[in-house]
Amino acid sequence: MRRRRGLMWVARHALAIALALMFLAPVAFVALTALMTDEQALTSRLWPERWNWANFADVFARSELLTWTVNTFVYASLATLFMLVSSIPAAYALARFRFRGRKTAFLVVIATMMLPPQVVAVPIYLVWARLDLTDSLWPLILPMLFGDAFSIFLLRQFLITIPRDYTDAAKVDGCSDVQILFSVILPMARPAIAAVALFSFFYCWNDYYGPLLYAGVDQEGWTLSLGLATFKAFHSVQWNLTMAATLLVTAPVIIVFLFAQRVFIEGVTLTGVKG
Amino acid sequence: MMVSTHAAPPRRWRGEGVRALLWLSPWIIGVAVFFVYPLLSTVYFSFHRYDLFTLEFIGLDNYRYAFSDVRVLQSALNTLWLVVFMVPAQVLFALGVAQLLAKVKSGGGLLRTIFYLPSLVPTVAGTVAFVYLLNPATGPVNQVLAWFGITGPDWFGSAAWAKPSLTLLALWGAGNLIMIFLAALLDVPRHLYEAAEIDGAGAWRQFRSITLPMISPVLMFSAVTGVIYAVQYFTQAMIASRVASGATDSAGSTFTPGYPDGSLLTLPQHLFHTGFRDWSMGLACVHALLLFAVAMAFTLILLRQFSKAEVAS
Repeated sequence: MRRRRGLMWVARHALAIALALMFLAPVAFVALTALMTDEQALTSRLWPERWNWANFADVFARSELLTWTVNTFVYASLATLFMLVSSIPAAYALARFRFRGRKTAFLVVIATMMLPPQVVAVPIYLVWARLDLTDSLWPLILPMLFGDAFSIFLLRQFLITIPRDYTDAAKVDGCSDVQILFSVILPMARPAIAAVALFSFFYCWNDYYGPLLYAGVDQEGWTLSLGLATFKAFHSVQWNLTMAATLLVTAPVIIVFLFAQRVFIEGVTLTGVKG
Repeated sequence: MMVSTHAAPPRRWRGEGVRALLWLSPWIIGVAVFFVYPLLSTVYFSFHRYDLFTLEFIGLDNYRYAFSDVRVLQSALNTLWLVVFMVPAQVLFALGVAQLLAKVKSGGGLLRTIFYLPSLVPTVAGTVAFVYLLNPATGPVNQVLAWFGITGPDWFGSAAWAKPSLTLLALWGAGNLIMIFLAALLDVPRHLYEAAEIDGAGAWRQFRSITLPMISPVLMFSAVTGVIYAVQYFTQAMIASRVASGATDSAGSTFTPGYPDGSLLTLPQHLFHTGFRDWSMGLACVHALLLFAVAMAFTLILLRQFSKAEVAS
């Protein structure tokens, strides 16, 4: 029995390590290719003959990477800010107030969360076109002032776990709804808010569909997703540059993750387990 | 759940409805403007020919055209493929890895980070990287396979392998799901397993009789959200098509969506090309309604799960 246990232990660890290596392999191969010379990237050699660090500088020189990064950052941070301003009050109302229709309201939140954005894309696009706001990222940022279903849902799930006694006590002390939100709810909900904000920021950072619809043909207005998607077409045979660009787009995300690891994991488990 | 339901609201709750409405008003406006209005207009436009300039009523012509369009059938089948093969593959894989991580104690933190990190890689970056990795001529995967005497397939270049290639990408990016399952597995009370062990239950029996029932809400949640995600599947398929075919997608280019041979054309993509590349807005609205019907069918399943578990609180 004991020997079988030991064998299982070895097998499990071997399997885990093998899987982990397979998960890391794509990153390793991408990094190796990003450091190859132009000529070598066309061959099938896996290890760079010469470490061509200039590729990274080349990406900046030959594309609008910096402009794309600034655009993406503006889009993601404004959208996240607007989302918080509009979604926290909605989640607060759904979680703390008793009123007729709150179940229906919650079901509508879930329904809008589940609706593929493409279903309503045509009429919404026509509205922005009439307002002459296509060819900009505003059609993606402004709607966030009116709440985001996924964030409302997550925040509401968190807020209902705050015991009612806390808010009742504040109410007895004569606090208004606004005071309760700021002095009781928001401090307690800080981890959930951080998680929702990070999710929203990364959703926008990664968003491709939205900018594809609205950012227009002028590269000056593109985001990182749009730029990277088209990068290969402009540098057709240069896989080394394409992979260097891929790494440059990925790096900031990984750096943020390493700083905010706990918030990410908490957010993820909040998403699934509370459901 | 921690909040008890009161039959009759006490006096101090009077007027809560009005205050709640006030707090909800931005969101209510949002639902009206970005959900109700466009949904109704989609129905309206579906009976019209509309190219941004002229609007002409044509009755059911768009519907007739859509249902005789082979690409609609093809894209619907592709979407179905993703639901039937990609989603279960991802869920089973994530569950397997989570089960493994739950048992591996040493180095657990590092392993978790390794499995989670790929899910953070921007979608476009991950897809571009996979098209390169699986490139039959210069990509490393087929070269590594060749060391073992295996001739790798044409991956994103062949209609048969394009969707399985995207499934590999989905497995690599399953970190979110792995973490969700891991949290659920670690929540299962240990004493249940200890009791089962005393009764002589084997590993498989323990998994089936204890683990599976205990994590079934999470399993259900991930399965259905996975399906809804698959119905919306757009970015990876579009990028893979474009990068693998070497085409750009500037407006007016000759790029055929769904390369190779339409195998990566999903419903949302067909809609996108009809509406925003060919500017047949009315026809695109028919595609949108079709997509809506598919999404709605799955959403209803999810809503039933939720009304059982959550809305009661």
